This record gives sequence, structure tokens and C-alpha cells, in this order.
Amino acid sequence: MILRAFLITAICLFSFSGFTSANDSESLADQDSANELKVFSDPDMRQRYYGLIAELRCPKCQNQNLADSDAPIATDLRNELYLLINDNYSDADILEFMESRYGEFVLYSPPVNSVTAVLWIIPAGLVLIGFSIVAFIVLRNQESDESNNV
Amino acid sequence: MPKPSRIKLFIPLLVFILLALVFLQLENRMISGDYDPSMLPSALIGKPLPEFNLTTLDNPNSVITSLELNNKAALLNVWATWCVSCRVEHAYLNTLAEKGITIFGLNYKDDQQKANQWLARLGNPYQLNLFDVNGKLGLNMGVYGAPETYVLDANGIVRYRHVGVVDEKVWQSRILPLGLNW
Repeated sequence: MILRAFLITAICLFSFSGFTSANDSESLADQDSANELKVFSDPDMRQRYYGLIAELRCPKCQNQNLADSDAPIATDLRNELYLLINDNYSDADILEFMESRYGEFVLYSPPVNSVTAVLWIIPAGLVLIGFSIVAFIVLRNQESDESNNV
Repeated sequence: MPKPSRIKLFIPLLVFILLALVFLQLENRMISGDYDPSMLPSALIGKPLPEFNLTTLDNPNSVITSLELNNKAALLNVWATWCVSCRVEHAYLNTLAEKGITIFGLNYKDDQQKANQWLARLGNPYQLNLFDVNGKLGLNMGVYGAPETYVLDANGIVRYRHVGVVDEKVWQSRILPLGLNW
């Protein structure tokens, strides 16, 4: 009984974490379309480019990042990003460049502030509630087991 | 184990009704056009336009770096001939221009010849058209599609950005309430 409760909770938690990890940049490296070949002089730059197109959100097709999106604006932003990286902008400068034009929306990992706090608090809160329910059930069953044994 | 009280059985139903009400409210706001989840707030609100250096659509030798506002508010409309909604919007822009509203155009990633033909055929509501062939100014302004319309106050500060077609309803309910001097 206890084991089963734990198992179900664990499965629920892991399937949730699977859905939320959108930043899988390795699989995205294969998705760059052929007509948009980007040549980098430095493998480091290449890695930063793929990291950033996975991290930046397309303003037009709102549930895709720049790597995924076929929207013209995503192509423009990828080209711009390529130029910025070649101009030796740092990652922080690039994120600021994008944010100053397209707003916080383009950042897939939003900064913690009064507007986004709820995004950060709810998942942690749900996990806490889940664990306390499991703990409550386990403790209650232990108690009733003991009283049954007596 | 004690039998759970019957009231507890209704908790899921209550949660369901509560959520349904929340979503119904959202749905109503979306239908009335009050709320559009795909509409982004512009990062330019409260700021002047970014710097630019463009030619006009009709004259490749001109150099434009600022818009003449003459102490009046103005619209800056982002459009292109490939944009279907721009065609829909065009008639209403003509109406606004006839009423004396200042409208500037930003011809966005378009073909110069086609754009000039479009204006000759459908009428030209624009005081002036910036020709942003590679979308550079558009990118700096945070444009993510066309049509988009930026409302500039008399000092050239962006006060509102509308994504999509500007029509009578948008003009009455979104732009006029800004209380600007047209």
C-alpha cells in the first residue's frame, strides 16, 4: 500500500518534469534548415548560437523557440543573433538586446519578479503539497497498522 | 477507518465549477476582444522610436532619420503588400487620413515597385512611407508581423501598439481613449 502510493507519486512527478524541460538543445542542433546554413569560425560561438536559439522564444508562434520556428520573424532573429555573436556580443548583451526589443516574453526562462513569481512558486508549491499528502497518508497508515497489531 | 463525510465528496465538483467559471470568464473576454493571449505588450511603450536612417518608399535618394510630428499625435503603421490583413485595413486608414489624422507608414520587408503600385491603386493615406526593405527598423521596434500600428504622442513617444487590423472599433475603444491631440 505504502509502496504503491510512493510509486504513483514518483511516476506523476517524473512525467511532469518530462513535459516541462523544453530546453533540450542537443536535439535542436539537427533542426536548422538546410537553406540557413550558419558558418562559425569558432566552435564555441556555434555552441552559444544553438544554446541561445533554444533559449529565446519566437514572438510570432508563441509556443516555439527560435530554433523550432519557421516564422519569418524567427529567421530574422536567428540572422540577427548570428551577427551579434560574430560581433562578439556576450550572452547577457544578446539577451538584453532581444528583451529591449521584444520584451520579457522572448526569454524562455523568465526573471523572477512580481509578475512572474507565480510561475516559480506554483510548481514548487505543488511538489510540496504532493509530498505532504504522501507523508500524511504514510503516517496515518503506520498508526492504523500499529493499532491493528495491538 | 472512519467513513469520509459526504460533503468531502463534493470538493472535486466545486473545484470543477470554480475552474469552469474562471475559463468561461476568460473565453468571454477573448470573444469580446478584451483579451488576446497572442498579443504581446510592446517593449517600446513610453519610449521614443529607435534611431533609424531610411529612404522613403517613393524616393530612393531621400534620407529620413526622424518623423515630423508638428505637435500632433500620429500613427505609424507597419504594412506590406504580402500582408493580407494590411489590405483589409487599408480602406479604414484612408478614412482616418481623410479625417486629418496623421499616418506614417513603415513599409516592411516589401518590394518597392509593388508597394508603390499598391498605393497608386488603393489610395495613399500615408504622410510619408519609410522603406524598411530588410526589416531592420522593424526588428529594432519589436515588430513581429504586419500589420502593426504604433501610436505616437505629440512628443514622438510610443503610447500604444496595436497588433492586427485597425478598424473603427479599435480606433474608438483603444486609440481614442489615450486622449491624445490628433
